Amino acid sequence: MITFEDVVKVYPGGATAVDHLSLELPTGKMTVLVGPSGCGKTTSLRMINRMVTPTSGRVLIDGRDVAGQDEALLRRGIGYVIQHAGLFPHRTVLDNVATVPLLLGETRRTARAKALELLERVGLSAGFAKRYPAQLSGGQQQRVGVARALAADPPIMLMDEPFSAVDPVVRAQLHAEFLRLQQDLGKTIAMVTHDIDEAIKLGDHVAVFRAGGHLAQFATPRDLLAHPADDFVADFVGRDRGLRSLSFDTASDLPVKPVDGLELDEAGRPLGWPGPDGLRETGGVFTKEDSLRVVTDLAIRSPVGIAVRVGPDGAADGLVSHHDIADYLASRRS
Amino acid sequence: MNFTYLLDPAHWEFGAAGGIPQLILSHLGYTVLALLIGAVIALPVGLYIGHTGRGSFLAINAGNAGRSLPTLGLLMLMVTLLGLGLLPVLIALTVLVVPPILTSAYAGMRSLDQRVIDAARGMGMRPWQVLTRVELPMALPVLFGGFRSAALQVVATATVAASVGLGGLGRLLIDGLAVNDYSRVLAGAIVVAVLAVLVDLFLASIQRWIVSPGLKGTS
Repeated sequence: MITFEDVVKVYPGGATAVDHLSLELPTGKMTVLVGPSGCGKTTSLRMINRMVTPTSGRVLIDGRDVAGQDEALLRRGIGYVIQHAGLFPHRTVLDNVATVPLLLGETRRTARAKALELLERVGLSAGFAKRYPAQLSGGQQQRVGVARALAADPPIMLMDEPFSAVDPVVRAQLHAEFLRLQQDLGKTIAMVTHDIDEAIKLGDHVAVFRAGGHLAQFATPRDLLAHPADDFVADFVGRDRGLRSLSFDTASDLPVKPVDGLELDEAGRPLGWPGPDGLRETGGVFTKEDSLRVVTDLAIRSPVGIAVRVGPDGAADGLVSHHDIADYLASRRS
Repeated sequence: MNFTYLLDPAHWEFGAAGGIPQLILSHLGYTVLALLIGAVIALPVGLYIGHTGRGSFLAINAGNAGRSLPTLGLLMLMVTLLGLGLLPVLIALTVLVVPPILTSAYAGMRSLDQRVIDAARGMGMRPWQVLTRVELPMALPVLFGGFRSAALQVVATATVAASVGLGGLGRLLIDGLAVNDYSRVLAGAIVVAVLAVLVDLFLASIQRWIVSPGLKGTS
Protein backbone atom coordinates (compact mmCIF):
# COMPACT_ATOMS: atom_id res chain seq x y z
CA MET A 1 0.00 0.00 0.00
CA ILE A 2 1.19 3.49 -0.85
CA THR A 3 0.08 6.16 1.58
CA PHE A 4 0.16 9.93 1.23
CA GLU A 5 -0.10 11.60 4.64
CA ASP A 6 -1.04 15.26 4.44
CA VAL A 7 1.51 15.85 1.70
CA VAL A 8 2.27 19.39 0.53
CA LYS A 9 4.59 20.45 -2.26
CA VAL A 10 5.34 24.12 -2.70
CA TYR A 11 7.87 25.03 -5.38
CA PRO A 12 10.38 27.81 -4.82
CA GLY A 13 8.56 30.89 -6.03
CA GLY A 14 5.44 29.96 -4.11
CA ALA A 15 3.46 27.83 -6.57
CA THR A 16 1.59 25.09 -4.72
CA ALA A 17 1.73 21.87 -6.72
CA VAL A 18 0.17 19.56 -4.14
CA ASP A 19 -2.09 20.84 -1.39
CA HIS A 20 -2.53 18.66 1.71
CA LEU A 21 -2.95 15.38 -0.10
CA SER A 22 -3.98 12.33 1.89
CA LEU A 23 -4.53 9.23 -0.17
CA GLU A 24 -4.15 5.47 0.01
CA LEU A 25 -3.27 3.41 -3.04
CA PRO A 26 -4.29 -0.18 -2.29
CA THR A 27 -1.87 -3.06 -2.82
CA GLY A 28 -2.30 -5.09 -5.98
CA LYS A 29 -4.65 -2.55 -7.52
CA MET A 30 -4.29 0.07 -10.17
CA THR A 31 -4.96 3.62 -9.03
CA VAL A 32 -5.18 6.29 -11.70
CA LEU A 33 -4.39 9.91 -10.86
CA VAL A 34 -6.27 12.09 -13.31
CA GLY A 35 -6.86 15.80 -13.73
CA PRO A 36 -6.17 18.84 -15.89
CA SER A 37 -2.58 19.95 -16.41
CA GLY A 38 -1.03 21.68 -13.43
CA CYS A 39 -3.16 19.77 -10.92
CA GLY A 40 -0.19 18.11 -9.20
CA LYS A 41 -0.86 14.55 -10.34
CA THR A 42 2.61 14.00 -11.81
CA THR A 43 4.28 15.72 -8.86
CA SER A 44 2.40 13.39 -6.52
CA LEU A 45 3.44 10.33 -8.54
CA ARG A 46 7.09 11.41 -8.51
CA MET A 47 7.06 11.76 -4.73
CA ILE A 48 6.54 8.01 -4.44
CA ASN A 49 10.01 7.25 -5.86
CA ARG A 50 11.57 10.40 -4.42
CA MET A 51 12.05 12.12 -7.77
CA VAL A 52 10.29 14.97 -5.97
CA THR A 53 10.66 15.70 -2.25
CA PRO A 54 7.53 16.83 -0.37
CA THR A 55 7.67 20.19 1.36
CA SER A 56 5.79 18.64 4.27
CA GLY A 57 3.91 15.44 4.99
CA ARG A 58 5.01 11.87 4.39
CA VAL A 59 4.81 9.29 1.64
CA LEU A 60 4.88 5.70 2.89
CA ILE A 61 5.20 2.38 1.12
CA ASP A 62 3.80 -0.43 3.24
CA GLY A 63 4.14 1.79 6.26
CA ARG A 64 7.77 2.79 5.63
CA ASP A 65 8.52 6.44 4.97
CA VAL A 66 10.28 6.71 1.60
CA ALA A 67 12.25 9.72 2.86
CA GLY A 68 14.43 7.52 5.04
CA GLN A 69 15.38 5.09 2.26
CA ASP A 70 18.34 5.12 -0.10
CA GLU A 71 17.13 6.87 -3.26
CA ALA A 72 18.71 4.54 -5.81
CA LEU A 73 17.76 1.33 -3.97
CA LEU A 74 14.19 2.55 -3.47
CA ARG A 75 13.85 3.33 -7.18
CA ARG A 76 15.25 -0.01 -8.31
CA GLY A 77 12.37 -1.63 -6.44
CA ILE A 78 9.76 0.48 -8.24
CA GLY A 79 8.99 0.14 -11.94
CA TYR A 80 9.01 3.49 -13.75
CA VAL A 81 7.34 4.13 -17.09
CA ILE A 82 7.21 7.59 -18.61
CA GLN A 83 5.63 9.30 -21.61
CA HIS A 84 7.53 8.63 -24.86
CA ALA A 85 9.08 5.67 -22.98
CA GLY A 86 12.40 7.50 -22.40
CA LEU A 87 14.40 4.56 -23.74
CA PHE A 88 18.20 4.78 -23.86
CA PRO A 89 18.87 5.49 -27.55
CA HIS A 90 22.42 4.10 -27.43
CA ARG A 91 21.39 0.71 -26.07
CA THR A 92 19.62 -2.12 -27.82
CA VAL A 93 16.07 -3.00 -26.87
CA LEU A 94 17.36 -6.01 -24.95
CA ASP A 95 19.90 -3.98 -22.95
CA ASN A 96 17.29 -1.34 -22.22
CA VAL A 97 15.08 -3.96 -20.64
CA ALA A 98 18.01 -5.51 -18.76
CA THR A 99 18.94 -2.19 -17.12
CA VAL A 100 17.51 -2.65 -13.64
CA PRO A 101 18.46 -6.33 -13.21
CA LEU A 102 22.03 -5.28 -14.08
CA LEU A 103 21.89 -2.44 -11.55
CA LEU A 104 20.75 -4.99 -8.99
CA GLY A 105 23.92 -6.97 -9.63
CA GLU A 106 22.67 -9.80 -11.78
CA THR A 107 25.02 -11.22 -14.39
CA ARG A 108 24.68 -10.00 -17.95
CA ARG A 109 23.52 -13.42 -19.06
CA THR A 110 20.70 -13.74 -16.48
CA ALA A 111 19.62 -10.15 -17.01
CA ARG A 112 19.41 -10.64 -20.78
CA ALA A 113 17.53 -13.93 -20.46
CA LYS A 114 14.99 -12.20 -18.23
CA ALA A 115 14.76 -9.29 -20.64
CA LEU A 116 14.03 -11.60 -23.54
CA GLU A 117 11.25 -13.25 -21.59
CA LEU A 118 9.71 -9.87 -20.79
CA LEU A 119 9.82 -8.70 -24.38
CA GLU A 120 7.70 -11.68 -25.26
CA ARG A 121 5.40 -10.88 -22.38
CA VAL A 122 4.66 -7.40 -23.76
CA GLY A 123 4.08 -8.77 -27.24
CA LEU A 124 7.43 -8.16 -28.93
CA SER A 125 9.19 -11.00 -30.72
CA ALA A 126 12.83 -11.87 -30.05
CA GLY A 127 13.60 -10.22 -33.39
CA PHE A 128 13.31 -6.81 -31.70
CA ALA A 129 15.96 -7.58 -29.10
CA LYS A 130 18.94 -6.42 -31.15
CA ARG A 131 17.25 -3.29 -32.52
CA TYR A 132 17.75 0.24 -31.25
CA PRO A 133 14.87 2.40 -29.95
CA ALA A 134 15.04 4.74 -32.98
CA GLN A 135 14.10 1.78 -35.18
CA LEU A 136 10.82 1.17 -33.32
CA SER A 137 7.37 2.76 -33.68
CA GLY A 138 5.94 4.77 -30.80
CA GLY A 139 3.75 1.87 -29.69
CA GLN A 140 6.65 -0.57 -29.77
CA GLN A 141 8.83 1.83 -27.78
CA GLN A 142 6.10 2.08 -25.16
CA ARG A 143 5.96 -1.72 -24.90
CA VAL A 144 9.70 -1.80 -24.35
CA GLY A 145 9.22 0.91 -21.72
CA VAL A 146 6.74 -1.31 -19.87
CA ALA A 147 8.99 -4.37 -20.21
CA ARG A 148 11.92 -2.35 -18.84
CA ALA A 149 9.89 -1.30 -15.82
CA LEU A 150 8.80 -4.89 -15.16
CA ALA A 151 12.26 -6.42 -15.60
CA ALA A 152 13.19 -6.67 -11.94
CA ASP A 153 9.65 -7.78 -11.04
CA PRO A 154 8.99 -4.80 -8.74
CA PRO A 155 5.85 -4.94 -6.59
CA ILE A 156 5.08 -1.32 -7.47
CA MET A 157 4.86 0.42 -10.84
CA LEU A 158 4.66 4.14 -11.50
CA MET A 159 3.40 5.14 -14.91
CA ASP A 160 3.41 8.76 -16.05
CA GLU A 161 1.13 9.19 -19.09
CA PRO A 162 2.45 5.93 -20.51
CA PHE A 163 0.01 5.69 -23.40
CA SER A 164 -0.54 9.31 -24.37
CA ALA A 165 2.08 9.51 -27.11
CA VAL A 166 0.57 6.81 -29.34
CA ASP A 167 -2.38 6.97 -31.72
CA PRO A 168 -5.87 5.93 -30.52
CA VAL A 169 -5.86 2.53 -32.25
CA VAL A 170 -2.53 1.50 -30.77
CA ARG A 171 -3.55 2.98 -27.43
CA ALA A 172 -6.67 0.82 -27.26
CA GLN A 173 -4.54 -2.20 -28.11
CA LEU A 174 -1.99 -1.34 -25.41
CA HIS A 175 -4.81 -0.80 -22.90
CA ALA A 176 -6.24 -4.26 -23.56
CA GLU A 177 -2.83 -5.91 -23.31
CA PHE A 178 -1.95 -3.96 -20.21
CA LEU A 179 -5.17 -4.94 -18.44
CA ARG A 180 -4.46 -8.59 -19.26
CA LEU A 181 -0.89 -8.25 -18.00
CA GLN A 182 -2.04 -6.60 -14.77
CA GLN A 183 -4.59 -9.37 -14.23
CA ASP A 184 -1.67 -11.85 -14.25
CA LEU A 185 0.79 -9.77 -12.27
CA GLY A 186 -1.37 -7.94 -9.73
CA LYS A 187 1.09 -5.08 -9.25
CA THR A 188 0.39 -2.05 -7.13
CA ILE A 189 0.20 0.57 -9.86
CA ALA A 190 -0.01 4.33 -9.75
CA MET A 191 -0.71 5.81 -13.15
CA VAL A 192 -1.04 9.42 -14.22
CA THR A 193 -3.18 10.53 -17.15
CA HIS A 194 -5.13 13.60 -18.24
CA ASP A 195 -7.62 11.38 -20.08
CA ILE A 196 -10.64 10.56 -17.91
CA ASP A 197 -11.79 7.81 -20.27
CA GLU A 198 -8.44 6.08 -19.89
CA ALA A 199 -8.68 6.48 -16.11
CA ILE A 200 -12.14 4.92 -16.00
CA LYS A 201 -11.17 2.12 -18.35
CA LEU A 202 -7.96 1.10 -16.59
CA GLY A 203 -8.29 2.12 -12.96
CA ASP A 204 -9.54 0.03 -10.05
CA HIS A 205 -9.63 3.38 -8.30
CA VAL A 206 -9.51 6.88 -9.71
CA ALA A 207 -8.20 9.95 -7.93
CA VAL A 208 -9.45 13.13 -9.59
CA PHE A 209 -7.26 16.18 -9.00
CA ARG A 210 -8.18 19.77 -9.64
CA ALA A 211 -5.91 22.73 -10.36
CA GLY A 212 -3.89 23.85 -7.36
CA GLY A 213 -3.09 20.33 -6.23
CA HIS A 214 -6.38 19.47 -4.51
CA LEU A 215 -7.75 15.95 -4.48
CA ALA A 216 -11.35 16.40 -5.67
CA GLN A 217 -12.50 12.79 -5.36
CA PHE A 218 -11.12 9.31 -4.79
CA ALA A 219 -13.50 6.57 -5.86
CA THR A 220 -13.99 3.51 -8.02
CA PRO A 221 -14.76 4.36 -11.65
CA ARG A 222 -18.34 3.27 -11.11
CA ASP A 223 -18.87 5.55 -8.11
CA LEU A 224 -17.15 8.37 -9.90
CA LEU A 225 -19.66 8.18 -12.75
CA ALA A 226 -22.67 7.57 -10.50
CA HIS A 227 -21.88 10.01 -7.71
CA PRO A 228 -19.43 12.73 -8.68
CA ALA A 229 -18.46 14.63 -5.53
CA ASP A 230 -19.04 18.08 -6.98
CA ASP A 231 -19.61 20.08 -10.15
CA PHE A 232 -15.92 20.05 -11.04
CA VAL A 233 -15.77 16.26 -11.03
CA ALA A 234 -19.13 15.93 -12.80
CA ASP A 235 -17.91 18.31 -15.47
CA PHE A 236 -14.53 16.62 -15.77
CA VAL A 237 -16.03 13.15 -16.01
CA GLY A 238 -18.09 14.33 -18.97
CA ARG A 239 -21.69 14.76 -20.08
CA ASP A 240 -22.52 11.19 -21.09
CA ARG A 241 -21.40 9.68 -17.79
CA GLY A 242 -24.86 8.10 -17.31
CA LEU A 243 -24.50 6.13 -20.50
CA ARG A 244 -20.86 5.31 -19.77
CA SER A 245 -21.70 4.00 -16.32
CA LEU A 246 -23.74 1.28 -18.01
CA SER A 247 -20.49 -0.40 -19.02
CA PHE A 248 -19.93 -1.53 -15.42
CA ASP A 249 -23.04 -3.77 -15.29
CA THR A 250 -23.60 -6.96 -17.23
CA ALA A 251 -26.89 -7.95 -18.74
CA SER A 252 -27.18 -11.03 -16.52
CA ASP A 253 -30.08 -9.60 -14.45
CA LEU A 254 -31.77 -7.85 -17.34
CA PRO A 255 -35.21 -9.41 -17.90
CA VAL A 256 -35.93 -10.53 -21.46
CA LYS A 257 -39.10 -11.27 -23.40
CA PRO A 258 -39.67 -14.48 -25.35
CA VAL A 259 -38.38 -14.54 -28.92
CA ASP A 260 -41.19 -13.47 -31.23
CA GLY A 261 -41.33 -12.10 -34.78
CA LEU A 262 -37.63 -12.82 -35.46
CA GLU A 263 -36.64 -15.05 -38.40
CA LEU A 264 -34.48 -17.93 -37.17
CA ASP A 265 -32.49 -20.64 -38.89
CA GLU A 266 -33.07 -24.29 -38.03
CA ALA A 267 -30.60 -24.10 -35.11
CA GLY A 268 -32.50 -21.14 -33.67
CA ARG A 269 -29.88 -18.58 -34.64
CA PRO A 270 -31.27 -15.15 -35.60
CA LEU A 271 -31.39 -14.36 -39.32
CA GLY A 272 -33.09 -10.97 -39.21
CA TRP A 273 -36.32 -9.01 -38.79
CA PRO A 274 -38.93 -9.50 -41.53
CA GLY A 275 -39.81 -6.22 -43.25
CA PRO A 276 -41.63 -5.06 -46.37
CA ASP A 277 -38.37 -5.38 -48.42
CA GLY A 278 -37.24 -8.71 -46.96
CA LEU A 279 -35.08 -9.51 -43.91
CA ARG A 280 -33.38 -6.65 -42.05
CA GLU A 281 -30.14 -7.27 -40.12
CA THR A 282 -30.41 -7.47 -36.32
CA GLY A 283 -27.26 -5.34 -36.09
CA GLY A 284 -25.62 -7.83 -33.72
CA VAL A 285 -26.52 -9.88 -30.67
CA PHE A 286 -25.58 -9.88 -26.97
CA THR A 287 -24.98 -12.46 -24.27
CA LYS A 288 -25.54 -12.35 -20.53
CA GLU A 289 -21.91 -11.38 -20.06
CA ASP A 290 -22.10 -8.26 -22.22
CA SER A 291 -22.48 -4.88 -20.54
CA LEU A 292 -25.71 -2.91 -20.38
CA ARG A 293 -23.99 -0.33 -22.56
CA VAL A 294 -23.65 -2.90 -25.35
CA VAL A 295 -27.30 -3.91 -24.99
CA THR A 296 -28.49 -0.30 -25.05
CA ASP A 297 -26.41 0.39 -28.12
CA LEU A 298 -27.87 -2.68 -29.88
CA ALA A 299 -31.43 -1.67 -29.05
CA ILE A 300 -30.83 1.85 -30.39
CA ARG A 301 -29.23 0.60 -33.59
CA SER A 302 -31.77 -2.18 -34.22
CA PRO A 303 -34.21 -1.49 -37.08
CA VAL A 304 -37.11 -2.42 -34.78
CA GLY A 305 -35.68 -1.02 -31.52
CA ILE A 306 -35.09 -4.47 -30.06
CA ALA A 307 -31.83 -6.14 -29.06
CA VAL A 308 -31.47 -9.90 -29.44
CA ARG A 309 -29.93 -12.06 -26.71
CA VAL A 310 -28.30 -15.37 -27.62
CA GLY A 311 -27.26 -18.31 -25.49
CA PRO A 312 -23.86 -20.04 -25.54
CA ASP A 313 -24.93 -22.04 -28.64
CA GLY A 314 -25.73 -18.88 -30.58
CA ALA A 315 -29.49 -19.52 -30.54
CA ALA A 316 -31.72 -16.52 -29.80
CA ASP A 317 -33.20 -16.88 -26.29
CA GLY A 318 -34.65 -13.46 -25.53
CA LEU A 319 -35.52 -9.97 -26.72
CA VAL A 320 -35.04 -6.59 -25.05
CA SER A 321 -36.50 -3.30 -26.33
CA HIS A 322 -35.22 0.10 -25.24
CA HIS A 323 -38.38 0.49 -23.20
CA ASP A 324 -37.42 -2.67 -21.30
CA ILE A 325 -33.97 -1.26 -20.64
CA ALA A 326 -35.43 2.03 -19.40
CA ASP A 327 -37.85 0.13 -17.11
CA TYR A 328 -35.03 -2.02 -15.78
CA LEU A 329 -32.86 1.01 -15.01
CA ALA A 330 -35.82 2.73 -13.34
CA SER A 331 -36.52 -0.33 -11.18
CA ARG A 332 -32.83 -0.48 -10.16
CA ARG A 333 -32.95 3.13 -9.03
CA SER A 334 -35.92 2.64 -6.70
CA MET B 1 58.57 25.32 -57.46
CA ASN B 2 58.50 21.54 -57.85
CA PHE B 3 58.12 18.22 -56.08
CA THR B 4 61.79 17.22 -56.07
CA TYR B 5 62.18 17.59 -52.29
CA LEU B 6 59.01 15.67 -51.56
CA LEU B 7 59.81 12.84 -53.95
CA ASP B 8 63.49 12.44 -53.05
CA PRO B 9 63.77 9.03 -51.29
CA ALA B 10 66.69 10.35 -49.23
CA HIS B 11 64.26 12.62 -47.35
CA TRP B 12 62.03 9.68 -46.45
CA GLU B 13 64.66 7.62 -44.70
CA PHE B 14 63.44 6.31 -41.36
CA GLY B 15 65.28 7.45 -38.26
CA ALA B 16 67.35 10.03 -40.09
CA ALA B 17 67.44 13.29 -38.12
CA GLY B 18 65.56 15.94 -40.12
CA GLY B 19 64.07 13.30 -42.43
CA ILE B 20 60.35 13.58 -43.17
CA PRO B 21 59.33 10.45 -41.12
CA GLN B 22 61.12 11.82 -38.09
CA LEU B 23 59.48 15.25 -38.57
CA ILE B 24 56.06 13.61 -38.88
CA LEU B 25 56.66 11.72 -35.63
CA SER B 26 57.64 14.80 -33.68
CA HIS B 27 54.75 16.71 -35.27
CA LEU B 28 52.32 13.99 -34.15
CA GLY B 29 53.99 14.02 -30.75
CA TYR B 30 53.15 17.70 -30.17
CA THR B 31 49.66 17.12 -31.53
CA VAL B 32 48.87 14.18 -29.28
CA LEU B 33 50.35 15.85 -26.19
CA ALA B 34 48.40 19.05 -26.76
CA LEU B 35 45.18 17.10 -27.38
CA LEU B 36 45.66 15.02 -24.25
CA ILE B 37 46.41 17.98 -22.00
CA GLY B 38 43.60 19.97 -23.61
CA ALA B 39 41.10 17.14 -23.14
CA VAL B 40 42.11 16.64 -19.51
CA ILE B 41 41.40 20.31 -18.86
CA ALA B 42 38.41 20.94 -21.13
CA LEU B 43 36.43 17.71 -20.83
CA PRO B 44 35.63 17.79 -17.12
CA VAL B 45 34.91 21.52 -17.20
CA GLY B 46 32.69 21.28 -20.29
CA LEU B 47 30.85 18.21 -18.99
CA TYR B 48 30.31 19.83 -15.61
CA ILE B 49 28.99 23.06 -17.10
CA GLY B 50 26.79 21.16 -19.53
CA HIS B 51 25.51 18.83 -16.83
CA THR B 52 24.65 21.50 -14.27
CA GLY B 53 23.94 24.41 -16.60
CA ARG B 54 25.98 26.53 -14.21
CA GLY B 55 28.52 28.89 -15.79
CA SER B 56 27.43 28.35 -19.38
CA PHE B 57 28.63 31.90 -20.19
CA LEU B 58 32.10 30.54 -19.42
CA ALA B 59 31.76 27.71 -21.91
CA ILE B 60 30.57 30.01 -24.66
CA ASN B 61 32.90 32.95 -24.02
CA ALA B 62 35.98 30.88 -23.32
CA GLY B 63 35.31 29.20 -26.62
CA ASN B 64 35.13 32.47 -28.52
CA ALA B 65 38.04 34.11 -26.71
CA GLY B 66 40.27 31.09 -27.20
CA ARG B 67 39.50 30.98 -30.89
CA SER B 68 40.47 34.59 -31.41
CA LEU B 69 43.91 34.24 -29.79
CA PRO B 70 46.64 34.02 -32.42
CA THR B 71 48.69 30.94 -31.62
CA LEU B 72 51.94 32.32 -32.98
CA GLY B 73 51.62 35.51 -30.91
CA LEU B 74 50.80 33.48 -27.81
CA LEU B 75 53.79 31.24 -28.47
CA MET B 76 56.14 34.23 -28.69
CA LEU B 77 54.72 35.59 -25.45
CA MET B 78 55.23 32.25 -23.71
CA VAL B 79 58.80 32.01 -24.97
CA THR B 80 59.50 35.49 -23.63
CA LEU B 81 58.08 34.49 -20.27
CA LEU B 82 59.34 30.92 -19.98
CA GLY B 83 62.28 30.72 -22.34
CA LEU B 84 62.75 28.25 -25.19
CA GLY B 85 61.64 24.63 -24.91
CA LEU B 86 58.71 22.30 -25.26
CA LEU B 87 56.57 23.91 -22.54
CA PRO B 88 55.71 27.20 -24.32
CA VAL B 89 54.80 25.25 -27.47
CA LEU B 90 52.52 22.91 -25.54
CA ILE B 91 50.84 25.80 -23.75
CA ALA B 92 50.17 27.64 -27.01
CA LEU B 93 48.76 24.51 -28.69
CA THR B 94 46.71 23.54 -25.64
CA VAL B 95 45.07 26.97 -25.65
CA LEU B 96 44.07 26.19 -29.22
CA VAL B 97 42.63 22.79 -28.32
CA VAL B 98 40.64 23.71 -25.23
CA PRO B 99 37.84 25.82 -26.80
CA PRO B 100 36.45 23.29 -29.31
CA ILE B 101 36.57 20.44 -26.78
CA LEU B 102 35.05 22.57 -24.02
CA THR B 103 32.26 23.91 -26.22
CA SER B 104 31.41 20.53 -27.70
CA ALA B 105 31.38 18.80 -24.31
CA TYR B 106 29.05 21.54 -23.11
CA ALA B 107 26.85 21.37 -26.22
CA GLY B 108 26.78 17.57 -26.13
CA MET B 109 25.52 17.54 -22.56
CA ARG B 110 23.01 20.33 -23.21
CA SER B 111 21.54 18.53 -26.21
CA LEU B 112 20.58 15.43 -24.24
CA ASP B 113 16.95 14.37 -24.07
CA GLN B 114 16.06 15.18 -20.46
CA ARG B 115 13.30 12.56 -20.45
CA VAL B 116 15.87 9.83 -20.97
CA ILE B 117 17.92 11.15 -18.05
CA ASP B 118 14.77 11.33 -15.95
CA ALA B 119 14.10 7.68 -16.79
CA ALA B 120 17.67 6.73 -15.86
CA ARG B 121 17.37 8.40 -12.46
CA GLY B 122 13.89 7.04 -11.92
CA MET B 123 15.12 3.50 -12.55
CA GLY B 124 17.63 3.82 -9.75
CA MET B 125 20.92 4.82 -11.37
CA ARG B 126 23.22 6.78 -9.10
CA PRO B 127 24.46 10.16 -10.42
CA TRP B 128 27.78 8.67 -11.48
CA GLN B 129 26.02 5.84 -13.32
CA VAL B 130 23.71 8.31 -15.05
CA LEU B 131 26.78 10.23 -16.24
CA THR B 132 28.87 7.28 -17.42
CA ARG B 133 26.17 4.95 -18.68
CA VAL B 134 23.68 7.38 -20.17
CA GLU B 135 24.83 10.97 -20.52
CA LEU B 136 28.35 10.39 -21.83
CA PRO B 137 27.45 7.72 -24.39
CA MET B 138 24.59 9.88 -25.65
CA ALA B 139 26.75 13.03 -25.84
CA LEU B 140 29.57 11.18 -27.57
CA PRO B 141 28.73 12.08 -31.21
CA VAL B 142 28.76 15.84 -30.51
CA LEU B 143 31.71 15.55 -28.15
CA PHE B 144 33.74 13.59 -30.63
CA GLY B 145 32.97 16.16 -33.34
CA GLY B 146 34.62 18.82 -31.19
CA PHE B 147 37.61 16.60 -30.54
CA ARG B 148 38.07 15.98 -34.26
CA SER B 149 37.96 19.67 -35.09
CA ALA B 150 40.47 20.32 -32.28
CA ALA B 151 42.74 17.63 -33.70
CA LEU B 152 42.54 19.12 -37.20
CA GLN B 153 43.41 22.59 -35.94
CA VAL B 154 46.33 21.42 -33.86
CA VAL B 155 47.81 19.29 -36.66
CA ALA B 156 47.73 22.32 -38.92
CA THR B 157 49.06 24.70 -36.29
CA ALA B 158 51.78 22.53 -34.72
CA THR B 159 54.05 23.88 -37.46
CA VAL B 160 54.70 26.86 -35.15
CA ALA B 161 56.91 24.65 -33.01
CA ALA B 162 59.65 25.03 -35.62
CA SER B 163 59.62 28.81 -35.27
CA VAL B 164 61.04 28.50 -31.75
CA GLY B 165 63.65 25.94 -32.63
CA LEU B 166 61.72 22.70 -32.14
CA GLY B 167 61.00 20.00 -34.72
CA GLY B 168 57.85 18.96 -36.48
CA LEU B 169 56.82 19.54 -40.06
CA GLY B 170 57.17 23.29 -39.55
CA ARG B 171 60.91 22.69 -39.99
CA LEU B 172 60.36 22.12 -43.70
CA LEU B 173 58.51 25.44 -44.00
CA ILE B 174 60.85 27.55 -41.85
CA ASP B 175 64.12 26.07 -43.13
CA GLY B 176 62.84 26.03 -46.70
CA LEU B 177 61.92 29.70 -46.52
CA ALA B 178 65.23 30.56 -44.88
CA VAL B 179 67.23 29.14 -47.76
CA ASN B 180 64.69 29.96 -50.49
CA ASP B 181 64.13 26.22 -51.10
CA TYR B 182 60.51 26.40 -52.22
CA SER B 183 60.45 22.75 -53.14
CA ARG B 184 61.03 22.01 -49.45
CA VAL B 185 58.30 24.47 -48.40
CA LEU B 186 55.91 22.80 -50.80
CA ALA B 187 56.81 19.37 -49.41
CA GLY B 188 56.09 20.63 -45.88
CA ALA B 189 52.73 22.08 -46.88
CA ILE B 190 51.66 18.90 -48.66
CA VAL B 191 52.75 16.55 -45.87
CA VAL B 192 50.92 18.65 -43.24
CA ALA B 193 47.75 18.66 -45.34
CA VAL B 194 47.88 14.91 -45.97
CA LEU B 195 48.65 14.25 -42.32
CA ALA B 196 45.61 16.31 -41.26
CA VAL B 197 43.35 14.30 -43.55
CA LEU B 198 44.79 10.99 -42.32
CA VAL B 199 44.39 11.98 -38.66
CA ASP B 200 40.78 12.93 -39.30
CA LEU B 201 40.09 9.65 -41.10
CA PHE B 202 41.68 7.76 -38.23
CA LEU B 203 39.51 9.59 -35.66
CA ALA B 204 36.42 9.06 -37.83
CA SER B 205 37.00 5.31 -37.76
CA ILE B 206 37.43 5.39 -33.98
CA GLN B 207 34.19 7.37 -33.76
CA ARG B 208 32.35 4.76 -35.82
CA TRP B 209 33.69 2.14 -33.47
CA ILE B 210 32.83 3.75 -30.12
CA VAL B 211 29.59 5.60 -30.89
CA SER B 212 26.53 3.37 -30.52
CA PRO B 213 24.77 2.52 -33.81
CA GLY B 214 21.55 3.53 -32.08
CA LEU B 215 22.68 7.18 -32.15
CA LYS B 216 23.29 7.30 -35.88
CA GLY B 217 19.70 8.17 -36.72
CA THR B 218 17.05 5.84 -37.99
CA SER B 219 18.39 3.35 -40.44
